[in-house]
Amino acid sequence: MIDSTVLQVVLPELILAIGAIALLMVGVFMKNGEAAGRVVSWLAVGLLIVVGIAVFEQGGSATVFNGAFVSDSFTRFLKIVILVGAALTLLMTFDNFTRAKLLLFEYPVLVLLATLGMLMMVSANDLISLYLGLELQSLALYVVAAFSRDDVRSSEAGLKYFVLGALSSGMLLYGASILYGVTGSTSYVSIASAAGLPEMATNVGLTFGLVFVLVGIAFKVAAVPFHMWTPDVYQGSPTPVTAFFAGAPKIAAMALLLRFTQAAMPTAAPQWQQIVIFLSIASMALGAFAAIGQTNIKRLLAYSSIGHVGFALVGLAANSADGTSGVLIYLAIYVAMTLGAFACVLSMRRGDRYVESISDLAGLARSDLTFATILAILMFSFAGIPPLAGFWAKWYVFLPAIKAGLYPLSVIGMVSSVISAFYYLRIVKVMFFDEPAEAFSPREGRTSAVMALSAFFATVFVLPFVGGAIVDAATAAASVLVSAHPL
Amino acid sequence: MASALFFYVFAVLAVASGAMVILTKNPVHAVLFLILAFFNAAGLFVLLSAEFLAMLLVIVYVGAVSVLFLFVVMMLDVDFAELKAGFIKNAGIGAVVGGIVLAEILAFVGYRGLTAASSLNVASPVPAAGSGITNTQALGEILYTKYVYFFEGASMILFVAMIGAIVLTLKHRVAVKRQSIAAQVARGPKTGLEVIKVPSGGYVIPPAGKHPEAAE
Repeated sequence: MIDSTVLQVVLPELILAIGAIALLMVGVFMKNGEAAGRVVSWLAVGLLIVVGIAVFEQGGSATVFNGAFVSDSFTRFLKIVILVGAALTLLMTFDNFTRAKLLLFEYPVLVLLATLGMLMMVSANDLISLYLGLELQSLALYVVAAFSRDDVRSSEAGLKYFVLGALSSGMLLYGASILYGVTGSTSYVSIASAAGLPEMATNVGLTFGLVFVLVGIAFKVAAVPFHMWTPDVYQGSPTPVTAFFAGAPKIAAMALLLRFTQAAMPTAAPQWQQIVIFLSIASMALGAFAAIGQTNIKRLLAYSSIGHVGFALVGLAANSADGTSGVLIYLAIYVAMTLGAFACVLSMRRGDRYVESISDLAGLARSDLTFATILAILMFSFAGIPPLAGFWAKWYVFLPAIKAGLYPLSVIGMVSSVISAFYYLRIVKVMFFDEPAEAFSPREGRTSAVMALSAFFATVFVLPFVGGAIVDAATAAASVLVSAHPL
Repeated sequence: MASALFFYVFAVLAVASGAMVILTKNPVHAVLFLILAFFNAAGLFVLLSAEFLAMLLVIVYVGAVSVLFLFVVMMLDVDFAELKAGFIKNAGIGAVVGGIVLAEILAFVGYRGLTAASSLNVASPVPAAGSGITNTQALGEILYTKYVYFFEGASMILFVAMIGAIVLTLKHRVAVKRQSIAAQVARGPKTGLEVIKVPSGGYVIPPAGKHPEAAE
């Protein structure tokens, strides 16, 4: 039965769920549509901060609801990253949505519910809670992808995302049902103990289920070859929605992948390592080559995000505590930089028209040097140039991979990192050395704050009390996941 | 003996009405045969003492899904002669695909490759057989206690689906006049009647928005 200790463990999710419902009521009962959108958005940011504090205040490890929901330092680390990502994307939304007449109160409510789904995904310790969290998140994201419903491309993005997302959910469910049939349980702990039995070592069903579940999750993180939806959805969705897509949902899906592989399938490590290595190499290579020809900055960032997922998977392929903490560090840095990059895209505005073409950035350094410098720092960081944060992110995933003896993977990763530097640096070149295009309209305060914060983070990560603190937290988080389920 | 008799009655009727769904010419009859098939399948579930599934089948499939089908079939004007023409043309390919699927199913049934190898987590029937608890009661006992987290999670998903459907489809059209029964009922001589002085030789346009039924 439910008692107060259970409620304490799920307190952040409870606050978020009740808060989202309350905010929906606030929005419904306010007469003025735009004012309701504004008020509910601000309240949603406040709610996310409260939930963040509730997560931060928790301590220790606890499993509730018969092992379906787990809370430990691993989940807390990722939940904080997700909440920060969601809150900052909401802050960046106002200006763009006001101009596009999209500032409806349903948007922040849907973002809150998607965030709730992500928190459930991070805490999932059972195949059913995995699926419920994933569906809650995805369903809210399908709706916000099509949020600009009078825009054909936004509707197309929503429909594409929905069809492919439903397909991937089907595959994941199929895999989960096979795993349940073979091991007799949906709980990660029971699956791990059943899969560890000697007679299960050669079981075909276990491998089948594993492959289907991994395919389903790979769709959600947009790892090659399950990435086809990403560029179209990123380009078609309203830009603030794209900023949201690129950050928090990927963290949640990666969290799912980390816990599923390491807690439910530790004995099947040789099997899933092969898959993860393939996904990683394919994503890094495609991210490096396909982005070169892009002229639309949202598409470029979509391919770049595919590449970054590949880099993050390098840490998982290493299958060690160091590797897992590397993935966590990578995700935290990736979210911080992606938010900044999309804040820059949201600042590319001439009058009431938002532009998305890379050529629109030409000569930006002459009209707005601060903007150009911030974007240049972020691009250098994405490219992995020391001493910026992006370099350390790659450092912490490649080091465990090399220690684990994955030399081909590491070499391919570094080569594709060098190739991808080309298109990041091309943006810098366009901004600083090309003939100026028409100047952008003045930047909006909140968006500028996010991009400045992001560039500041990328620059000061090298300092021990910033980077060191994050690395320590990630190491502690990863050690919980790995020590609870010895490999 | 009686249960065997009922099994054959339900099974034969289910298969026969299933066949009629695809053989009958009138689409409305096809849906009605589908409903008959559902009822017979529900009967089979009752024979297996899975009365909860039988109820679900009748309530959800007959009560909701089939009625929806019926509406769609009655509202859409489908040209069946045209569909038939396509049927003859593609019959060959259809037969090949159907044959392959049938062969695969038979091969799989013969092979039984996916075995539950571990005896570690084999679930025992809950409640224990012979305890006299119906499976509706058994489900109710765990759904709101052991599985309350999943139950609430699923309800949040339905909540999102509801919000999403409204956000993406509800349009407030400004130019449309809507009926407001409250305003009509509240209308009295004071609000419904207006005395306007028209100057001789001139004209007056009454101020807009004065009439309650014209609001919105």
